[in-house]
Amino acid sequence: MADAAVFKSDIKPDWCPGCGDFGVLNSLQKACADLNLEPHQVMIVSGIGCSSNLPGFFNSYGLHTLHGRSLPVASGVKLGNSDLTVIATGGDGDGYGIGAGHFVHSMRRNLDITYIVMDNQIYGLTTGQASPTTERMIKTKSTPQGNLESQLNPIALALAGGASFVARGFSGEPTHLAELYKQAIRHKGFALVDVFSPCMTYNKNNTYTWFKERIYKLEDQRHDPKNFEAAMARSQEWGTQIPIGVFYQNERMTYEEGEPAMAHGAMSKLPFKPLDPSILLEFV
Amino acid sequence: MKRKTVSVWVGGAAGDGIASVGESLAKIFARNGLHVYAYNSYQSVIRGGHVWWQMRAGSEKVYTQPETAHILIALNQDAIDQHALGVETGGAILFNSDRMQVRPEHLAHGAQSCGLPISKLAKLPIMQNTVATGAFMYLAELPLGSLEKALEERFGKKKPEVVQPNIDAARAGYEFAKQNWKQFGLGLGLSKTQRLVMIGNQAFGLGALAANCRVYTAYPMTPASSILHFLASNGPKNGCVVKQCEDEIASMAMAVGAGQTGARAMTGTSGGGFALMTEAVGLAGMLETPVVIVNVQRGGPSTGLPTKTEQGDLFQVLGASQGEYPRIILAPQTIEDVFYTTAEAFNLADRYQCPVLILSDLLLSEHTETVDPLDLNVKVDRGEIVSEWTSSEPYKRYLNTPSGVSPRVFPGTRNAQHVSASDEHDERGIVISDVFTDPPTRKMMMEKRMRKIDGARKELAKTYAPKLEGSPDAEVTLVGWGSTANLLRAMMRRLEEEGVRANIFLIKVIAPFLGDDVTAALSTCKRLVMIESNFTSQMARLLRMETGIHIKDRILKYDGEPFVPSEVYKEIKKILARAPAREAVAPR
Repeated sequence: MADAAVFKSDIKPDWCPGCGDFGVLNSLQKACADLNLEPHQVMIVSGIGCSSNLPGFFNSYGLHTLHGRSLPVASGVKLGNSDLTVIATGGDGDGYGIGAGHFVHSMRRNLDITYIVMDNQIYGLTTGQASPTTERMIKTKSTPQGNLESQLNPIALALAGGASFVARGFSGEPTHLAELYKQAIRHKGFALVDVFSPCMTYNKNNTYTWFKERIYKLEDQRHDPKNFEAAMARSQEWGTQIPIGVFYQNERMTYEEGEPAMAHGAMSKLPFKPLDPSILLEFV
Repeated sequence: MKRKTVSVWVGGAAGDGIASVGESLAKIFARNGLHVYAYNSYQSVIRGGHVWWQMRAGSEKVYTQPETAHILIALNQDAIDQHALGVETGGAILFNSDRMQVRPEHLAHGAQSCGLPISKLAKLPIMQNTVATGAFMYLAELPLGSLEKALEERFGKKKPEVVQPNIDAARAGYEFAKQNWKQFGLGLGLSKTQRLVMIGNQAFGLGALAANCRVYTAYPMTPASSILHFLASNGPKNGCVVKQCEDEIASMAMAVGAGQTGARAMTGTSGGGFALMTEAVGLAGMLETPVVIVNVQRGGPSTGLPTKTEQGDLFQVLGASQGEYPRIILAPQTIEDVFYTTAEAFNLADRYQCPVLILSDLLLSEHTETVDPLDLNVKVDRGEIVSEWTSSEPYKRYLNTPSGVSPRVFPGTRNAQHVSASDEHDERGIVISDVFTDPPTRKMMMEKRMRKIDGARKELAKTYAPKLEGSPDAEVTLVGWGSTANLLRAMMRRLEEEGVRANIFLIKVIAPFLGDDVTAALSTCKRLVMIESNFTSQMARLLRMETGIHIKDRILKYDGEPFVPSEVYKEIKKILARAPAREAVAPR
């Protein structure tokens, strides 16, 4: 197995001390090393937000894009060079708020992409406004009277949206999290890993302690990830018992497997070929 | 009927098969060595409404749709009611006399009523279009065999059983016309010269494929969708992934992602979709990702006129996305030009590592025209590429070079890992925005990027050197851009025929604006008239901003339909009769 250190860049993360994203980063570096990937084979595509700074701290190819647009950019990367291991990363605001439309369609599309959402249930980089996964009636800077909107359930949304791999991890459980990443990256198709990644600065509600008191592992309860109904039922659990682990996995044909243009290899590597003049026959 | 041309209108409702009659006729003309120009006026409905195909063909180049018709093929009563008076004296109205009628008032301008008893000439009423086309072939002195071949091609594969009945119907129409009416004696001068017949959007697709575009992304939007359709059927077998996306934000973002890998990428849309794309156009500017974007303009603002033409997006494209970044904007003028410009756009994108925007409009993209055979062996230049990195020093994706262009590696190259960041970054791509902002680095990187414009400007001034077309000592210079090129050329010829020395000036390179070259070209002009399809004369305003040249005489159209040549002609004459507006040409 390769050393996780090869995936460390020489840039020190600028996250707040104790941020959940450190655990996400370390586990991802370990997972890539365990999978014997090499840095040049990986492309990490992020959106905008605290967590979206991750590519800068990871030694691989990286793209830091626009708020909410990591998935369509990552999809373009995969269409352009399917030989790359493509990992999209971002936060809950990025993926489930401004980028929610792309999230839904990326699941349908089923390109072989791993999507890691560092879910801290708050907007951090903009200093603490409500996010789509902020719980109801929680007070934030933008909801001083309490958040009136109900909390989005990313796991249920992913199941309904047709994701072929749906998992949840916790950055306080780094070994477990690294295993989830490995399964997600190995999975052929779109894989969501929603990660509880506590924000020490702006979310005083969903803390490490809060999660530690509530989470349990699906594999300990003999959950069958092939069972869609069971996965949907587990996705509804919140409050005193919150599951982490693989909710659902169902390998089906990926987009790139079905795309005839990609049958001859990665698009960016195809040699130049002059256009066959027979294409003009339809205009004569 | 003084010129050797034939003008035909086909009118009816959406769903009547107008486009297939029009397209068949266009091919028949082209196969007989004629030049064709056709414009189809339609609405945003699938069934019903009024569709009006206006086509002119001739042995010499034809530049615009006809204003009057020799022959109107009416597929419903509405077409007769609306267009009968536009048929020239001695011209013919071909119609199904079982279902429609031509009344005396329809013939007030001297057209002849040519009713076709379809029930007697064809097995099924649905064949009225074929019968009428057969009759047209006789009146316009075209060989019936060309129509028979077109029918075989149209139905042979899908419905072979209807080929013969249609050929019979065409012959019946031809014979009926022969027995009842006189030929027009147009003397079209048919030949065996091979010409292609296509619409502008097909040329966009062909240009992209010739340049080895590997990924095309789009969300359906009129009038850009036919690029998507052409590429969807021709892309995969020519090494191009064609991806319909959930919206234009995704189309643009996906094209950027693909472009980042080294695959040539393009996206296409109309103004509304482009509005959604703009943030990611700036992303391509910041990441220095080569990508080609086509905006086929239609009438705005907002959803505006979905099926009508306008040149109203010039400023939108010029100002797309926040901040400043190098962009190249080109406005091709004809269908051939669309093909070659699109292919070259990929080279420019690769050389300057920036978004290249191509502005078209509904008229250019959807009108049908004959083009000379296209040279598919286009030049391909991928710009500065580093294929391997063996140095122990880290690879600098955004190396500060004299040209501003930093040689790029394609992701997947060993040992050259780096991040391309949307936030301001240093030469290695490391963001400088979060922990500390670094003014000197920001300044250096901004200047590095913007310096690319100087190289692009120099190159574009050679490739697409702005120059006057026509007499150097003209009394009037008609200025325009994009789809109006054809109209301007027609106007120049007409003015010259009437003894008015005229020339034209077309602005193809919109950004970086070739200010010095444009000023030099226009400095000798006596009188400038801007002709464009928008309300505020955006090109005249841009020209004034970039050069100080203030064109006060403007002919503008924003009703959605293409310019009508005779109306433009009258306007030009009116302008010439006036004293020149002061400052018509500003001093240099």
